[in-house]
Amino acid sequence: MAAIPLWAQLINLLAAVLLLLAFAMLAQRRVLTLLNLFAAQGLALTCSTAIVAYATKQPHLYWSAGLTLLLKVAVLPWLLHRLVRKLDVKWDVERLINIPTTMLLGIVLVVFSFNLAFPIAQLASTVTKATLGIAMASVMLSFLMMITRRKAIPQVIGFLAMENGLFFAATSATYGMPMVVELGIALDVLVGMLILGVFFFQIREQFDSLDLQHLEKLREVE
Amino acid sequence: MIEVVAVLGMPVLGALVLAATGDRSYAPAINIAACILTFFAAVALTARVIVDGSLLVMDKLFFVDPFNVFLVALTAFVGLTTSIFSGPYMRIEEQQGRLTPGRLRLYHAMYQLFNFTMLLALLTNNMGILWVAMEAATLTTVLLVSLYRTPASLEAAWKYFILCGVGIAQALFGTILLYFAAEKLLGAEGGALLWTELNNVKGQLEPTVLSLAFVFLLVGYGTKVGLVPLHNWLPDAHAEGPTPVSAVLSGLLLNVALYAVVRCKVLVEGSLQNTFAKGLMMGFGLLSVVVAAFTLLRQKDIKRMFAYSSIEHMGIITFAFGMGGPVANFAGLLHMTVHSLAKSAIFFGVGHAAQKTGTQLMEGIRGLVTISPAIGWSLALGSLAILGMPPFAVFSSEFLVLTTAIREQPWATPVLLLSLAVAFAAVFSKVLPMVFGETNAQRLPVRPAMLPVFVHLGIVLMMGLWIPPFLADWYRQAARLIG
Repeated sequence: MAAIPLWAQLINLLAAVLLLLAFAMLAQRRVLTLLNLFAAQGLALTCSTAIVAYATKQPHLYWSAGLTLLLKVAVLPWLLHRLVRKLDVKWDVERLINIPTTMLLGIVLVVFSFNLAFPIAQLASTVTKATLGIAMASVMLSFLMMITRRKAIPQVIGFLAMENGLFFAATSATYGMPMVVELGIALDVLVGMLILGVFFFQIREQFDSLDLQHLEKLREVE
Repeated sequence: MIEVVAVLGMPVLGALVLAATGDRSYAPAINIAACILTFFAAVALTARVIVDGSLLVMDKLFFVDPFNVFLVALTAFVGLTTSIFSGPYMRIEEQQGRLTPGRLRLYHAMYQLFNFTMLLALLTNNMGILWVAMEAATLTTVLLVSLYRTPASLEAAWKYFILCGVGIAQALFGTILLYFAAEKLLGAEGGALLWTELNNVKGQLEPTVLSLAFVFLLVGYGTKVGLVPLHNWLPDAHAEGPTPVSAVLSGLLLNVALYAVVRCKVLVEGSLQNTFAKGLMMGFGLLSVVVAAFTLLRQKDIKRMFAYSSIEHMGIITFAFGMGGPVANFAGLLHMTVHSLAKSAIFFGVGHAAQKTGTQLMEGIRGLVTISPAIGWSLALGSLAILGMPPFAVFSSEFLVLTTAIREQPWATPVLLLSLAVAFAAVFSKVLPMVFGETNAQRLPVRPAMLPVFVHLGIVLMMGLWIPPFLADWYRQAARLIG
């Protein structure tokens, strides 16, 4: 097997970091740390996009790397930090049951994603095709995180992490989507986050907490 | 091209104006005016497409063919009638103290933006923009569902946001896979997400990728269609939001989401040349019909009940498009039209009925017809229409679906028939006591606008007896387009 160029090794490294961060988020109980992990994931994503842009000489990828940096590393974490401070849930610790089970489930999901992605990655012509499995795995892990969380903010961070995974999938499978689509997605994510911010306050005002247990009243049969 | 700009521009303009003036007493009039202008633009666009055939404008960014133009016209029409209904309705809500001026402004601005996102989703040629518009449609309605800020409405809105958000994220992954398959054939220069380009090369798209993409797309957009088992958000969002929002969610948004699924299905079917997409859609459709019909039996809340009825009808339409072929597609398109007209008419009636009796629980609503014949009869006739009684057009479309099913998918026919019968029994037995009998309803402080209800039901009745030739022709063309 031919020697792998440095940049390809870097991309693989960053992909591994991304996956590791996804696992870390799955097990993290403190809201503030979770937020920082999310920002770190955004940073890893930015770096890998920029490296792909450099290696493949795709100028529009620089733009999308910049967009990621702006949105995922700066604006969204800042917004979330502000929310956490204002809502005074900075030191919130979630009681997560069964972290080991969740982690084991996560490993199963990773294996599943790699299997699912393998035939598709074979068809890809991009230099980054090996990372498609990782991208899929981080989407799945974020999904798992959303299911296991009982509080509003961690659930939203899971949602945003899922978007990170999808974005990574787009870069590794196809060198990113057309710019107009990427801009639209970024706009949706930003607006969504702003709306959620408003929403958190409404929930808090109504229930005095951001615990989603209060939001399980609507049932079929009373 | 000017028509496309007008169709999309009017709601945006309306939203901007209403963002500033949405709490004034004349705001409903502006809302109606914006909808009228949108509707006229849509009519002009429709006329253009009928005369000139399919349009591809603005650097291939927008694509209009008989299939989507009929949905554009329908969306603009129901958007208009709902805005007429919403004027008096929201005024009564305000007088009953459920709304503040600020929220009314939010409501009006978001109503227009919601119309915009749906029209954008219908008109765009880019599968990526379609996704963006679908997500934006969720975002604009989340704050409408939680407009009353009650615990239940907050919960409904949260559920709606998270479930549809996750669902639509799956659709994004599907779109990425689609782009991935197309990029090799069409190059990365943006053309690889354009539906028209994809449609030209669909025979050469990689089947393994496309089948995986379709699973994600169907699950993603299917969440918004309300297909079982992804339907959990739908009854809550319908029951807890203001009634005009329930009417447009049921009448329009579900259609638009289904439109996205059908567009994807055309591509996937062309690539795979087998019954994979067909089977998936029929399966999801049938499951939705069955589950929704049986859940109808134990509903207590009137808006929840009709929300489940929407799931049932979306199931029927998905099943029809799944079967494919000219007759089933024709039936699906017809059913889409008449369902959205009949269902929004029902919600109009239901909204005022709930205002009159002060409850959405069906056991609290009695004898509507004695105090307000218009609302009572609209609920009775609307229910008969939606349950598929002849001579209403829902009967014709369901009949077409059933006869096609007998010929092509005989195994599904008994299931469908049984579900329709169960749904009929469930809804009819609950509507009768609400309409007739001893009354407990009160007079409303503002005269409700009942004209939209009877216009809708009139059209549904007319289409059951006689479909205008140009419309039938139009449906046939659209049915041919989607295979």
